[in-house]
Amino acid sequence: MDVGIVGYGSYIPVYRIKVEAIAKVWGQDAETMRKGLKVDEKSVPAPDEDTATIAVEASRNAMLRARINPKRIGAVYVGSESHPYAVKPTATILAEALEATPNLTAADFEFACKAGTASMQAIFGLVKAEMIEYGVAVGSDTSQGAPGGALEYTAAAGGASFIIGKANLIAKLNGTRSFTTDTPDFWRRERQAYPRHGGRFTGEPAYFKHILTASKNMMNGLGLEPKDINYFVPHQPNGKFPRQAAKKLGFTEDQLLQGLLSPQIGNTYSGASPLGLTAVLDIAKPDEKILLTSYGSGAGSDSFVFTVTDKILEVQGLAPKTSDYINKKKYVDYGTYAKYRGKINLADE
Amino acid sequence: MTEVPRFWREIPQRYNLIGNKCRKCDWINFPPRSICKKCNDHDFERFDLKGEGKIITYTIIRAAPLGFEDLVPYAIAIIRLDDGPRITAQIVDCDSSEVDIGKRVKVCFRKIAEDGKAGAISYGYKFKLV
Ligand SMILES: [Zn+2]
Repeated sequence: MDVGIVGYGSYIPVYRIKVEAIAKVWGQDAETMRKGLKVDEKSVPAPDEDTATIAVEASRNAMLRARINPKRIGAVYVGSESHPYAVKPTATILAEALEATPNLTAADFEFACKAGTASMQAIFGLVKAEMIEYGVAVGSDTSQGAPGGALEYTAAAGGASFIIGKANLIAKLNGTRSFTTDTPDFWRRERQAYPRHGGRFTGEPAYFKHILTASKNMMNGLGLEPKDINYFVPHQPNGKFPRQAAKKLGFTEDQLLQGLLSPQIGNTYSGASPLGLTAVLDIAKPDEKILLTSYGSGAGSDSFVFTVTDKILEVQGLAPKTSDYINKKKYVDYGTYAKYRGKINLADE
Repeated sequence: MTEVPRFWREIPQRYNLIGNKCRKCDWINFPPRSICKKCNDHDFERFDLKGEGKIITYTIIRAAPLGFEDLVPYAIAIIRLDDGPRITAQIVDCDSSEVDIGKRVKVCFRKIAEDGKAGAISYGYKFKLV
């Protein structure tokens, strides 16, 4: 029995801050930061947006494409590293907003930047096992980087949602593989506002080792080579790492660029590679193959291969495209950004 | 201070703009009522509002109530929904100077209130310009 994606949707907040605006405040050279990270600007959530509101907007778009009765949804999983509550699930808010309640299961997933693909993988399994008819898997984040730190240039907000099922597929799942180790490259302790990273751990033994191994294992498992894949969508913490990973795996820039959004919106954490997948699905043609590989610090990668079906053409225009959200933007200065992100301590706090 | 039980009861209307339609006179009530505003009858069917309409009038809030200080200045508008009912809501994702009478708006899902840093977060509808 085939399983796959029945509907997909994305959401990116309208506000942006440029690398220049951040560099100016901290006395850093904007050109150096921009070239080093290959990121020009990042998305900023409005003060009344959070992981839950982004998950709802993205999932409503996914439902516009899936065109199913929400009561047939048997599971709602939301992956994030910025759930609004420490205790109280985001997934119940989303399930209620989709009117999928009450006869379903719901849970929140956490695994740094790969919580979204972890929830996708779990939903594929539940559908494949015929425990549910449809499931919703979301990657959504409003991530924070400490003021003045390197992560502040990229920590962004956005999300993607997938309605997963076994009928009327727009993209069939060919397979999924994961690669997981205990690697202390990046973490945030309970009640800490900002994460920390393990210095030199972040590149080779973390991002590259996991992304490359998971991607290779996935392709080998299905007997595929880079030339058989039309689009490679890796996790994108900046604009530089994905380019290097693509090159090491033997992918061309053409195979990478459609799903590479970080130069314009930054790192949307759990939303990052899932949003890249939505940008690919927006323009994909029947029979094209997509390799999606997430990365989450701590550390692990989930890799997926999808084959697009001819049903894709019916649904692409049913909801806003990811490029619509990327192109619709309003710039804020650092002061406004700091206020929106709660980086200013008010008198009564 | 958010009243958690009241907000919880109102989730269908706040999350999904679910109103009710009078079976006798077809009047659409939002928020849903138990007695028709138009004819006083009480036989209703569910009615899902589409969440699009236009601004009838608005005001710019510069001195916000407690919990809304981060948002100022912001616009609160009275919107005539295409389905009929009028609704009062905040207009988001724009400068307050862009808000004007007659402009088309569309519903979105946002945080409505937060009971401090430790309390419950309430979600619901706001509108943005289209
Ligand atoms: Zn009536």
